[in-house]
Amino acid sequence: MKIYQVAYKNLLRKKVRSGLTILGIALSAWVLVSLFGFNRGYEQALNRDIDNMGFQVLVTAKGCPYEAATLMLKGGPGLRYMNESIVDEVLKHPEVEKITPMLMAAIFDPNKGESGGISAFLGVDPATYPRMKSYLKFQQGAWFSDPQAREAVVGYEAAELEQREVGDKLLIPEKNVELTVVGVLSRTGTQDDGTIFVPLRTVQKVFEEEGKLTAIGVKIKKDANITLVEQKLYDLPDVQVVSLAQVKQTIMNLISTAKMMVFSIALIAILIAMLGVVNTILMSVFERFQEIGIIKSIGAMPWDVFKLIWVETIILCLLGGGLGIGFSLILSKITETLIRRLLPYTPTGSLVVISAGLGLLTMAMVLGIGIVSGLYPAWRAARVRPLESIRSEGE
Amino acid sequence: MNGREWALEATGITKIYKRGSEDIPALDEISLKVRWGEFVSFVGPSGSGKTTLINILGCLDNATAGSLTLCGKTIFTEHRKLSEAELTRIRRSVFGYIFQKFYLLPTLTVLENVVLPFTFFRKENAAKNPLEVLRSLGLEKRVNHLPGQLSGGEMQRVAIARALINSPDILLADEPTGNLDSKRSQEIGEVLKRLNEKEGLTVLLVTHNLALAKLADRTIELRDGRIQDGASPEPLR
Repeated sequence: MKIYQVAYKNLLRKKVRSGLTILGIALSAWVLVSLFGFNRGYEQALNRDIDNMGFQVLVTAKGCPYEAATLMLKGGPGLRYMNESIVDEVLKHPEVEKITPMLMAAIFDPNKGESGGISAFLGVDPATYPRMKSYLKFQQGAWFSDPQAREAVVGYEAAELEQREVGDKLLIPEKNVELTVVGVLSRTGTQDDGTIFVPLRTVQKVFEEEGKLTAIGVKIKKDANITLVEQKLYDLPDVQVVSLAQVKQTIMNLISTAKMMVFSIALIAILIAMLGVVNTILMSVFERFQEIGIIKSIGAMPWDVFKLIWVETIILCLLGGGLGIGFSLILSKITETLIRRLLPYTPTGSLVVISAGLGLLTMAMVLGIGIVSGLYPAWRAARVRPLESIRSEGE
Repeated sequence: MNGREWALEATGITKIYKRGSEDIPALDEISLKVRWGEFVSFVGPSGSGKTTLINILGCLDNATAGSLTLCGKTIFTEHRKLSEAELTRIRRSVFGYIFQKFYLLPTLTVLENVVLPFTFFRKENAAKNPLEVLRSLGLEKRVNHLPGQLSGGEMQRVAIARALINSPDILLADEPTGNLDSKRSQEIGEVLKRLNEKEGLTVLLVTHNLALAKLADRTIELRDGRIQDGASPEPLR
């Protein structure tokens, strides 16, 4: 018999106690995997969202830059407008490769959801927007037939939510204007999936905001210094410049506060799990005091007994770690839903990314916990003298 | 097995326990010799020192004074005490132990319990076939049973099998029938006698059971830490 087989069978003696200890470790491992998975997933999703914007800099009307950025990412009320003439000002800069003007229009729709909701329409320039976002593919149809057409292109999720196909009509509430759906986009995993695109001129006209824009997406030439261009654009009147790299950093900074808190909780969970392991194994050593003495009398050296108890601890931790990783894989969707409810802004796409590398890292951490937790009980067991155990036989 | 005459030679074994500043003598200059293949029983009232003596002879404890030679090899003298690791090395190569409690691991089968010593130590060219050992003890049908499914007598026979698996030179049995009824006690006694007679195993038995003690070639009686009778074996005929 190998020592790990003996150790494993020893753990079967107190199934409930071993089971609860494994569960404690599993919960800690679950927290760890989910936390690291979220860390990675959130950053990836945010990067993807921002990279898929197609532009690096957003010029918006003056106001809170983060609100403006979030508006661009998610849509929402409280819009600020700037004059369309800004476009020419922006284009004057030689570092600017291309631009796309946008007008976000939002309106209350009493028929949306149970108690109504905001319907947002993004007015885009048919000449520049598709080129800026060349990765957008159509599931059905195509872009608008005319820059002033009363037509709409709907994102994948928006089409599912509104249950619209090419040829269907889409009503703009309050305005009593019907748009014809001419295209349904394929899934992109970005905020575009939930957007309803309408020609810029049509939105301006319908919402009576002619000559107004909410944002201009600016793509900077490859070799140009983005920070320098941002500073130049700041000189334009009544606008502010939002670098999406900055937005990403700011959002990540906000998230990192929450992450630190969760890391602290995870650390406490790990410490509790470690104490649980030490307690379980130490109790088991005390209970088997005589038996350990007998094992030594039948030929086990102190190091053999140390190994036996150590291996028991490591088995507990590995089983707990494996179970915890299993939990995190099975329950990652629930974790993600919880995170989405808790955070004010979450990018589209998967927020919790659990990779094989992360699984291995967690197992290594749990193994480390096992190795450290097992030291003291194993040392205590190794010190048991057969004579002491035999003497205690008669007590 | 060493070719010399004596399996065990103890000279002037003294054991004094300390309780605070008080000295409590347990053994007082005990000297004895045991031949190869001899079956010796130790009897005496509780507290007479028989278990203390067998613990020292079995390298489970150090003596306060005296010397011990096992299989012709000096184990300790008055001037040299052994470390726990040294004691373990001697224990596993020379002795097999059985105790009043059987100490079988409850989650291991009979066979797994018997081969448990191999997990830690396997005597080169001497390790026995566990199934043969179990068969010789009448446990061939219990190989895959768990200890909880066995009677007390069967559990003690499993403990004997475990003690024999590494072919010990000397079998130490400390009250092996203390937890058994008279019928099972008799069975265990017969097993020990058979091992001694058929396999030439040297057996040292501590017991309160005089019927069991009579199975031995020689009975050593202890009282107040001293040998009253039986210290020397009968001369070989």
